[in-house]
Amino acid sequence: MTGEVIAFYALAAVLLLSGVVVVASPNIVHSAVALIPAFLGVTGIYILLNAEFLAGVQVLIYAGAITVLILFVIMLTEGGTGLRLRQRNEQGPIGVVVAVLMAALLITGVMHTAWSRAAGALPAYTPGAIGQSFLGPNLLVFEGTSIVLLVSLVGAIIIARKEE
Amino acid sequence: MTQNVWLIPLMPLLAFVLIIWRGDRLPGRGAFVSIAGIVLAGLGGLQLLGEVGMGARADLTYRWVTLGNHPLTVGFVVDPLSAVMAAMVGVVASLITIYSVGYMHGDPRFSRFFAYLSLFQFSMLFLVLADNFLFIYAGWELVGLCSYLLIGFWFERPSAARAALKAFITTRVGDFSMMIGILILFLHTHTLNFTEVFKGIEAGQIGGPLLTAAAILVFGGAVGKSAQVPLHVWLPDAMEGPTPVSALIHAATMVAAGVYLVARTFPLFILSPAHNALWVVAWIGGITALFAATMGVVEDDIKRVLAYSTVSQLGYMMMGLGVLGYSAGMFHLITHAFFKALLFLGAGSVIHAVATNNMKEMGGLAKAMPVTFWTFLVATLALTGIPPFSGFFSKDAILLAAYTQNKALWLIGTIGAFVTALYMGRLMWYTFAGSYRGAAATAGGHDAPGGTAHGGGHPHESPRVMTVPLVILAVCSIFLGLAEHPFGRFVRFPGVEEPASNTGLLLFSVLVAAAGWLAAGAIYRWRIVPSTALRRWFGPLYTLLVRKYFVDDFYGWVFLRAGWAVIWLAGAFDRYVVDGLVNAVGWLAGRFGWFLRSLQTGREENYLLLIFLGVVVIVLVRLVR
Amino acid sequence: MLTPLHYLVLSALVFCLGLYAVLTRRNGVAILMGIELMLNAANINLVAFNKYGAPGAMQGQIFALIVITLAACEAAVGLSLILAAYRSLETIYVDEINLMKW
Repeated sequence: MTGEVIAFYALAAVLLLSGVVVVASPNIVHSAVALIPAFLGVTGIYILLNAEFLAGVQVLIYAGAITVLILFVIMLTEGGTGLRLRQRNEQGPIGVVVAVLMAALLITGVMHTAWSRAAGALPAYTPGAIGQSFLGPNLLVFEGTSIVLLVSLVGAIIIARKEE
Repeated sequence: MTQNVWLIPLMPLLAFVLIIWRGDRLPGRGAFVSIAGIVLAGLGGLQLLGEVGMGARADLTYRWVTLGNHPLTVGFVVDPLSAVMAAMVGVVASLITIYSVGYMHGDPRFSRFFAYLSLFQFSMLFLVLADNFLFIYAGWELVGLCSYLLIGFWFERPSAARAALKAFITTRVGDFSMMIGILILFLHTHTLNFTEVFKGIEAGQIGGPLLTAAAILVFGGAVGKSAQVPLHVWLPDAMEGPTPVSALIHAATMVAAGVYLVARTFPLFILSPAHNALWVVAWIGGITALFAATMGVVEDDIKRVLAYSTVSQLGYMMMGLGVLGYSAGMFHLITHAFFKALLFLGAGSVIHAVATNNMKEMGGLAKAMPVTFWTFLVATLALTGIPPFSGFFSKDAILLAAYTQNKALWLIGTIGAFVTALYMGRLMWYTFAGSYRGAAATAGGHDAPGGTAHGGGHPHESPRVMTVPLVILAVCSIFLGLAEHPFGRFVRFPGVEEPASNTGLLLFSVLVAAAGWLAAGAIYRWRIVPSTALRRWFGPLYTLLVRKYFVDDFYGWVFLRAGWAVIWLAGAFDRYVVDGLVNAVGWLAGRFGWFLRSLQTGREENYLLLIFLGVVVIVLVRLVR
Repeated sequence: MLTPLHYLVLSALVFCLGLYAVLTRRNGVAILMGIELMLNAANINLVAFNKYGAPGAMQGQIFALIVITLAACEAAVGLSLILAAYRSLETIYVDEINLMKW
């Protein structure tokens, strides 16, 4: 049992448990707050996978910005007032079944595939490699994404603006 | 004429086409064209008879179609049998057509009547000249059609319309049986030509019980067309038609077609084992002869008495053929055609004068209508078998043949002769003797809704166009009897011999007929035993006779009600099963559509669920396979 | 010894959690949270394959980075939509938004 494996299982547990809270909690605020440990779990997974830069970005963006954004919107819409209302719709049971089956199928499919390990290793300093890549082969993607960011920024503001 | 025998039916056919096409604009409103057609055909028939008498024979065949390796030929036959029939039909039909000019005077559908008459004449001549089952069946159906059209000529009368339908449907039963018989014969001999079929039977292609069955089935057609028991019910009702129609179709010609058919297909009956088919013919004929005669005694309608008489006499003809009296049966057919036509035309003359069919309202017409009376008397004497009139010779030839073959049939025939004289005597006494019992002048008669009768009050003789044919027919009824032996030599079936003459039998028959006349006089004229007393003493018998032995009621119950049940069943099947299936499909489509529509909820979560459910299902199915 | 299988199974589970949330939650924001979970699961897949399948290039991580970016954009726009809907319809429960339904 290497430390890696223990870490993996611990992080997986965190991720999955908080994920369950996110999807199943009748209290929407609890769901939103449980997103944070979920994202932090994912961050740990990234570190295990030698994606340090990605882990940092994950914390910043996901656990930081998006979770806060979600909490904002929850509070702006109904906040604590709708906490007693039913949160599950009428396809609850079937949804469980479908999700479980889907998971089963995916896991079965994955387990029956022989995943080959490629040779080689990741570069030691991944942030640098990522940066080089963005300004090199993946420049188009980089620029495109920035435009998408701009557009969504403008769009979100316009949509959410109060009507005068 | 022998080689061009097809000209004979062609004349009336052309007349029919012309009258249908131009109708009222023809000279005489179609009557002259019709008369011309049939007179030419009649002359042709007489010439044919002369030629055949000189020995001419012919069988004109044309190849029609080839089935496999069996060619089907159709055509016309010229032999003594067809020649006498053609001549008789031509002469009698000519006289009746001339008579109709006077009788149907003033009828709004005058030209159509003559068109139908011409069509019938064509059909009948076609039938008697046919040399194969196909032509004879075609002619058979056509005469049936014309009978329907002419019985229901005054179709505004519901009774006439019903009678026409009854005639057609009843004869249809017979026609169906005949068709089955023809098909059985065709299946085994692969030909429809008479001579070929008979050769095939002799060669053994069909034999034993199957031949008897086929013969009886073909006889079934004759039973229908000649109104034998049990298909006799249509003929009395057929009297709804105009009297010339009754004379032509239901006395002289069409009903004789059944007898002609048996004569033409005689080998079928002779060759059936133990003459079984022949005995069937004889017994049905004999039973019909007596059965119908008894019903004629209680009828008050003059035409109906004559109708029952016709049924009875046809029974005699069948019986004659059945007891191997081939020439006797055919001879009786010829003589009967003349005197029965005369009787009907005479009755028509009477009806024309007194505007009613009911004999109880007539009387004393002998003085008022002398020509009608004397010719009617001649015909009645012929019918009842009083010498030296023609009926005596022909009827006694039949009784002689019956005596030599089967005494029981002879007895039935003789009793029938007594009853025949009884009802004809009754008819004569009621209609012509005594004093006139009719009402004062009434317009519109029982017989002619067009108002062509003159009404009661003072009956008078009919116009010459009606009486001259009566006289001609009377002359024939008197003198045709002399032709018995020449006829016997002329129209005969090889192998069938005439029985030796029996004077004692002849004398006995005459006595029986005279007894019948005297009995009629005793009951109806001199009132020694009044008919009312007889009616009281023989109450149940009287009811049986008046209700026609309940045959019509029986048919109504069994066949008509069964028919209605089948109709209802078919209707219900169509409504509930067939329509039900179609409606069910539509309803199903609707329900399915509603179900599919409810899938479109407009809600994203439902769609997403279905997508993932679909993915899961597809993968699972793929895994399972 | 960690194999790609571990990560793949993990990401499958997280994906299905997110799927469940999208399918069954009534609150619009909760649905968006489920979507975020699904995106994260995809990211885990991408990075895992990058390390174990194609370590030479950084494509997997780049892809995951872009996904994060786009997820942020989409969350922003989506949440603003929910806000706008809440302002006019007074509700954020998706099964109550049925103005256009028959």
